Amino acid sequence: MSEKFVVGYDGSDVAKRALDFAVSRAEAQGGSILIVHVLEWSPYSFLTPQEIEERHARRTEELERAEKALMEPLKATISAAGVPVETQIKYGHVAKTLCDVAKKEGATQMFIGRDGDGGLSSRVFGSVAGSLVQVAPVPCTIVP
Amino acid sequence: MTRLVPTAVLAVFLTLSGALAASAQSIDETINGIFASSTGWFVSLIFSNFPGTSFPWIVGWLVIAATVFTVYFGVIQFRAFGHAIALVKGDYSDPNDAGEVSHFQALATALSGTVGLGNIAGVAVAIGIGGPGATFWMILAGLLGMASKFTECTLGVKYRNEYANGTVSGGPMYYLTKGFAERGVGGGRVLAILFSIFCILGALGGGNMFQANQAHAQLTNVFGEYPGWITGVVFAGIVFAVIVGGLKSIARVTEKVVPFMGVIYVGTALIIILMNYDKIGWAFGQIFAGAFTGLGVAGGFVGALIQGFKRAAFSNEAGVGSAAIAHSAVRTKEPITEGFVSLLEPLIDTVVVCTMTALVIIITGQLVADPNTGNYLLNEAGTAIQTVGDTSGVALTSAAFSSSIGGFKYVLALAVILFAFSTMISWSYYGLKAWTYLFGEGKTQELIFKVIFCLFVIIGAAASLGPVIDFSDAAIFAMAVVNIIGLYVLMPIVRRELNSYWSRLKSGEIKKFN
Repeated sequence: MSEKFVVGYDGSDVAKRALDFAVSRAEAQGGSILIVHVLEWSPYSFLTPQEIEERHARRTEELERAEKALMEPLKATISAAGVPVETQIKYGHVAKTLCDVAKKEGATQMFIGRDGDGGLSSRVFGSVAGSLVQVAPVPCTIVP
Repeated sequence: MTRLVPTAVLAVFLTLSGALAASAQSIDETINGIFASSTGWFVSLIFSNFPGTSFPWIVGWLVIAATVFTVYFGVIQFRAFGHAIALVKGDYSDPNDAGEVSHFQALATALSGTVGLGNIAGVAVAIGIGGPGATFWMILAGLLGMASKFTECTLGVKYRNEYANGTVSGGPMYYLTKGFAERGVGGGRVLAILFSIFCILGALGGGNMFQANQAHAQLTNVFGEYPGWITGVVFAGIVFAVIVGGLKSIARVTEKVVPFMGVIYVGTALIIILMNYDKIGWAFGQIFAGAFTGLGVAGGFVGALIQGFKRAAFSNEAGVGSAAIAHSAVRTKEPITEGFVSLLEPLIDTVVVCTMTALVIIITGQLVADPNTGNYLLNEAGTAIQTVGDTSGVALTSAAFSSSIGGFKYVLALAVILFAFSTMISWSYYGLKAWTYLFGEGKTQELIFKVIFCLFVIIGAAASLGPVIDFSDAAIFAMAVVNIIGLYVLMPIVRRELNSYWSRLKSGEIKKFN
């Protein structure tokens, strides 16, 4: 069975490092890459009537922008390196959504970057990497 | 010479501000006078009684409609209650649609438009005039109103307009036009235009002036008397910044704080009720006794009934058509699911929040009763019940809360201002949708309406309560006249949707995702 690696990707430098790391492992082991970009979204946030009306248009825009600006360039470069690659763009809580995708797609490993910011906000609210350590359904590599 | 100029300017400024201060009270009075004389005929038309009775026909109109829908849809408010909760929890939401507006968000936004001063000031008005018995009729009207709301919100989603840029416009004006055409009934277009006119008036009245007025009343209650136009100008400025200037940050803060204030309000009411737990039984006794005898209020039990029904309708807006505008922007494959979700609104708004206010006013003993007969004493004019501090409207609620928890009037003042503000933002949207239906979609048309809306904030804050509350009621109820005609014509379409959805739900074709 071929290995499938889920990589959480948000376009940041650390996310790029995590992706590079995952691609190099995939090359070595003959695995494939599934890049997941999660747009933070809660169905329980509050919106104004105007925002509700525009939501569908905004969502369409956000998806298109993420596909064009983030995913397409990656697909081209990684495929060129000879590693099979897929992408998904999702809405939801980042850590939870990554886990859901990993389970659903039968991934064998997960990769994610961390920004190493141990500041107050991550102490209070937690970080994506921190949550994944707790709840990831498959082995999870955190790339500094 | 150069030194003289600033001095002269200062002198002119001082003279002007002196004159302004002197005339401030008369500005209020002038606005008041013009307002009362120009809207009186409209108010008396809407609130005229059935011939030979003291029962306003409009109240009967709303209650009969709510009863008809309740029977026609087989007590949908109880049958679909569990499913409505499951929908709001997201049990039936496709994870692939994440990022679209959820049922919860639609409900929360619609609620922040309806939970507001109606629940605080309106209930106090109802209890102050109709006595504790008004509460009973208010709860009954709330329960029946769930069926009206279900009907109108389903239609709102089903017949909305979707535009190429992904935005939508919906509401009674669209289902009146499209739905009537589909059923081959004439007159839809005329009703739609009438509805839009009333909706604009309602947005300026109950959705705007009443809010500004009561917010000012609450502010003077806390900070002492000062002219209403000052509150009006400040409020108008903030509303202008949000709806014209697109200052989303203010709107966002309000949208987040309003539900929080709602929870604080209900929580505090519960605490006060529990503090007086020994009186709960007595309070319900007063509510039931008052509902059928009136306990000495003006107009007897009919007076209590009219006040209860009126304030319930004004608070939860069931049958009015505003919720249909609010809910129609939601993306859903099944229009009926929005109907299910919306039937929770009158329940939360009227049956829960309004009842809390009523119980607090009754339990804290704000109403003065004759110790010998147990009946309530009327004020000198004989129009309302005597209260401990001679208060009415939001001031009565404030007095009731403060009598148990001192200083709560500051929290209440903040709640009132935020509720007033969020209701204004919601109604500016409803009014705008009606306006663009009449005058076409476009930036200029929108701007004209928004500026008019802001001007009415100032008028509302400056006018005294009487004329404003009368006009607000009249305009909002006028919307219900047109809307309910439409609901009667279109209810078979809703039933078809309901039967189809219900059978697919039972057969398992519509699946739970979570």
